[in-house]
Amino acid sequence: MKGQIFVYVFIMWLMILAGGGLLVLTIAHISIQGFGKYSEFLDSGIKAIIAIFLVVLWIFIMSKIKNWIFHKQIRN
Amino acid sequence: MFDKTIAAIVVSAIAFVTVYAITPILIKNLEKRKLVVKDYNRVGGAMVARPGGPSILAGILVSELVLYAFFSSVDVLAIILTTFLAFLVGLADDRKVLGGWFKPLALAATAIPIILLGAHGTHLDFPLFGPVHIPELYLALIVLMIPITGNTVNSIDVLNGVASGFMTIASFALTISLFIVHHYDIAIASLPLGFVSLAFYKYHKFPSRIFPGDSGALTLGAMYGTIAIVGHVEIIAAVALLPAVINSFLFLSSVKRIVEHRQLKSNPVEHTEDFKLKATEHKDAPVTLVRLILANGPMTEKEVGFTIFKLAIFSAALAIITAFMTGIKI
Repeated sequence: MKGQIFVYVFIMWLMILAGGGLLVLTIAHISIQGFGKYSEFLDSGIKAIIAIFLVVLWIFIMSKIKNWIFHKQIRN
Repeated sequence: MFDKTIAAIVVSAIAFVTVYAITPILIKNLEKRKLVVKDYNRVGGAMVARPGGPSILAGILVSELVLYAFFSSVDVLAIILTTFLAFLVGLADDRKVLGGWFKPLALAATAIPIILLGAHGTHLDFPLFGPVHIPELYLALIVLMIPITGNTVNSIDVLNGVASGFMTIASFALTISLFIVHHYDIAIASLPLGFVSLAFYKYHKFPSRIFPGDSGALTLGAMYGTIAIVGHVEIIAAVALLPAVINSFLFLSSVKRIVEHRQLKSNPVEHTEDFKLKATEHKDAPVTLVRLILANGPMTEKEVGFTIFKLAIFSAALAIITAFMTGIKI
């Protein structure tokens, strides 16, 4: 069991690195213009929605990995 | 550079000695005022002084104020103010049992000095992929970060010595990482966190003479979060804290709501006849890190603590690797 927890920590670390990469590749290239004073607001809003979506997706994936790694203990 | 080396040595010594000297006095004072709680994991249920937050805060405040006298940095001022406010939130929770939502909301408010003083950046630095500029989103991140780190450290404060020992390891990993990414001033400002945790561990380790309480755990957690923000090492800080993050994640995903441990109907851990810890078989008990560690069989409290420390060292190594990767861009 202890080994599985170390594996889970390692997977979580890889997920953080991958998530960061995805965030940089998607959010960093978004730039909304042409809406006057609302451009900045729209830009931030869209970035926030993408970031929240990615966070929820990551929590969902981590939850599935958790169930997969610790399935025996959680079932008990 | 010589000035900074001297400052680093002085603040580290002040932080360590202050907590080392004040904590025994605090223990006597708390015991005299009957501010003690039962240690349910100890044979006979010994009464242990709580909270140790005041001595932790004293160590942090004295050392950081000395550092502020050296360099008058706005970042150090943000660390002092946010940490102090988080201590007050914890102390309120130590004195009176408050609702599960109180701490996250109150801790969010403690982040205000960071924003008002402008002691933050506008981007997140991702290892291998570089920075992402998110000025408005970053403000939301600051407000979220302090409650997350505060409550995460608080959630790992479940066994004798675990919170202080864990924070010693995570804090020194953060300090090393700050040196690696060349943020020397914040690295020096982070030294008191590690030395305060180390000095407190002397009295908190098994068998505990004092518990940090919410005031102690939230103070450590909030200072950790503030250093991550002002030092621009948010991702690295999250990696060093991973075992505690996993504990919170397991707890929340099994309970499915924000709730205090004391409000739970079933404990995740029980005792064997020889007073070892064992994972409960109650279906409605939350899944926690300790429960998973105990899944293969009973262990003593000390053994569980050392397993958590091994996980903390593993995460600390990953955090330091992440710091090295931050300078590389693919």
